[in-house]
Amino acid sequence: MSVLVDNNSKIIVQGFTGGEGTFHAGQMMEYGTNVVGGVTPGKGGTMHLGLPVFDTVQMAVENTGADTSVIFVPPAFAADAIMEAADAGIKVIIAITEGIPVADMITVKAFIDGKESILIGPNCPGVISPGKAKVGIMPGFIHKEGRIGVVSRSGTLTYEAVDQLTKLGLGQSTCIGIGGDPVIGTTTLDAVKLLMNDPETEGIIMIGEIGGSMETDAARWVKEHGTKPVVGFIAGQTAPPGRRMGHAGAIVGGKDDTAAAKMKIMKECGIHVVDNPAHLGTTMQKAMKK
Amino acid sequence: MNIHEYQAKSILKQNGVTIQEGIVVSSPNEAVIAAKELQKLTGTSWWVIKAQIHAGGRGKGGGVKLAKSLDEVKEIAGQIIGMQLVTPQTGPAGKQVHKVLVAQDVYYPGSVEKEEFYMSILLDRRSGKNVVMYSPDGGVDIEEVAATRPDRIFREPIDPALGILPFQTRRIAYNLGLSGKAASEMTRFVRSLYQSYLFCDASLFEINPVLKTTDEKILAVDAKVNIDDNALYRHPEIAAMRDISEEDAAEVEAGKNDLNFVKLDGNVGCMVNGAGLAMATMDIIKLSGGDPANFLDVGGGANAQTVEAGLKIILSDENVKAVLINIFGGIVRCDRVANGVVEAYKKLGNINVPVIVRLQGTNAQEGKDVIDNSGLKVYSAITLEEAAQLVKSLVN
Repeated sequence: MSVLVDNNSKIIVQGFTGGEGTFHAGQMMEYGTNVVGGVTPGKGGTMHLGLPVFDTVQMAVENTGADTSVIFVPPAFAADAIMEAADAGIKVIIAITEGIPVADMITVKAFIDGKESILIGPNCPGVISPGKAKVGIMPGFIHKEGRIGVVSRSGTLTYEAVDQLTKLGLGQSTCIGIGGDPVIGTTTLDAVKLLMNDPETEGIIMIGEIGGSMETDAARWVKEHGTKPVVGFIAGQTAPPGRRMGHAGAIVGGKDDTAAAKMKIMKECGIHVVDNPAHLGTTMQKAMKK
Repeated sequence: MNIHEYQAKSILKQNGVTIQEGIVVSSPNEAVIAAKELQKLTGTSWWVIKAQIHAGGRGKGGGVKLAKSLDEVKEIAGQIIGMQLVTPQTGPAGKQVHKVLVAQDVYYPGSVEKEEFYMSILLDRRSGKNVVMYSPDGGVDIEEVAATRPDRIFREPIDPALGILPFQTRRIAYNLGLSGKAASEMTRFVRSLYQSYLFCDASLFEINPVLKTTDEKILAVDAKVNIDDNALYRHPEIAAMRDISEEDAAEVEAGKNDLNFVKLDGNVGCMVNGAGLAMATMDIIKLSGGDPANFLDVGGGANAQTVEAGLKIILSDENVKAVLINIFGGIVRCDRVANGVVEAYKKLGNINVPVIVRLQGTNAQEGKDVIDNSGLKVYSAITLEEAAQLVKSLVN
C-alpha cells in the first residue's frame, strides 16, 4: 500500500499550460501517473498534452472526477490556486510553487482548516508512491516500489536518501516532500502519522532542517505511538544562527531549533539519528534487521 | 530583508503608531539642522543620536548617545558617523556607520513614572498564525527575560480572518499594568502595530522599548523589522529601502547571479543544488575535518554559467583551501553538469585549490567520466561517502 497518492488517484495539474506545468505533467504521465486534465484560467475548452484544460478547478472536478491536484502556479497566484482546489473538494493538494508570501500561506491555512483537503507543501518536490503515481518534480527512476516511507523538508536531499535506499535494495512505499517554507500544510508529524498507520510501510526516514519545531513534535509522538523504526537526520548542524539557509523556513531562531537540539530530542525519543547523511540508507538497513 | 530603524519608524508612523520622532542625516552639519528642526516640531531641547546599522545592541557599542546642546549634537554625530561600530550582534569587525538618526528626547520628567515595555508581532510557525509577544520588562534583552523570567512574557495569537480584537488589545494593556489614558493609548498602539506588520509583509516587527512617557503617551522608541523576501514583489517602496552596504559583498554578487549564498568563515567552499542538500554538504565537510566556508545553493539550473559564477565567488575567499561541488542530478543530467564544470574551470584559468566534483543521479557514471577524462586537477566522486573521504584526505 501507500499513502496520499496511488494508481487510483485522479490528478489534475493547476498551471497546466505553463512551462513548469507542461514539462512536469509530461514527466508524470511518462511515469504512468493517472493525470486526467489540467486547469489554466482562460484556456478552458482547449486540449494540452492530449488532455482537457478547464477554466476552474470545479469544472475539472465535475468533468474528470479529479481528487488530487498538483500546483505549478506562479507564487503571486499560488495561494489562490490552493484555496480554489480546497473549495472544489480536492482531497490531496500538492503545491510545488516556491516563493509564496508567508501572509498568503497564513490565509490559506485558515481557509483549509476544517475542510477535508490535505495540503502538501508549498515549496516542495511533491509526493511519489513508486510504481503507482509520481505527483511532483522528483526524478522517478531513482525510486523503487517497497516498504520504506520517507518524509522530508528538502528536495535533492530526499533524492539522496531515496537513492541510497534503492541501491541497498530497500524500496519505498511513499515519499512525501513537505516543503521548506515556515508555514506549510502537512507537517512532519502529520506525514509520520500517515506512514505509521500505513500497514505496508515498515520503516520511516524523517529528514528535517534547522528552524521550527516540527521534527521534535514528530519525535515526541513517535516515542508514544511509534511501532516502526524511524531513522532521522537534521540538516544544518553547521548553519549560523539568524541566517536563512536557502529555504525560507531554514533559519535558527533560538536554542531549541538548532540541529543539535533537535537531534538530541529525536535520540531521546528512540529515533535512529544519523550525523552523516551518507549513512541514511545503511542505518535504515540495520534498523530493519533488528 | 532587514531595514533600518528610521525606515521602520516611517512605516509605523504611516500606520498610526506614535513614535519617537527623528530625522536621518549623514553629516554633523546636517545633524545640527535636523536638531533645530526637531526642536521646532516637538519642543525637545535634548536629542538622541542613534547609529543606523542593521544590528542590535547599538547602545552597548557607543552607537546611541544623548546630546544636551546643539554643540554636542554636532560633536556626537561627528564621532558616530564613520565609526566602526562593534555590538554583540555585529561580530568583532563591527559595521561602519553611514547615517545617524537625530531623535527627540522622550525621557523628559513629568507627572508620572516612565515605564518601558517589550512588544513584537511575529509568525508563530507551529500554529501558522501571527502572535503578539509582549512583556512588562522592556528595554532589555528579551532573550534573557525569556530565559530567566518566562512568566513575564505574554502571547496573544491573532486570528488571520478577524485580526486583533478589541478585548485582546485591552488584555495586553491590563497585563502590562496600565490604566486610564495610558491603557487606551496602548490598545491603539497594538492595533496600529499590527496594521504596520501587515502593511509591509513583515515576519517580525519588534519594538523594544515601547515607552510610557511621563505624560502617559505610548510610543515606539526603537524598531526592528524583518520583511518576508517572498512578498517584496508587491512592495516596491519597501524593496527600495534595501541598504546593500549593510550586506556582505560576495552575497550581493551571488544574488545578482540568482545564487543563494551565505558567507561563513571556514576553509572548504561548497556548491550544491538544493538548500537541504547544501546544508547537509556543509555538515559532511565538518564531519570530514574541514569547516564550511559558505552555503551555496545553485538551484535547479546547474550549468556552465552558474558553476562559473559560483566558483568565482567561492574562490574570492582567501580562506578556501578546497571546493566541493555536490550535485544530485534529477532532471538535470550529470554529464551536462560535468561539462559545465569543465568549461567553467577552463574559463577561470589558474585555480590553485583542489576541486572535488560529486555527481549522483541521472548519468552519474558518464558525468564522472567527463571529469576524469578532462585532464584537469579535479577529483571526482559518485557517492556522498566517497566525496566525504576526498574532503578528509585533502584538508587534513
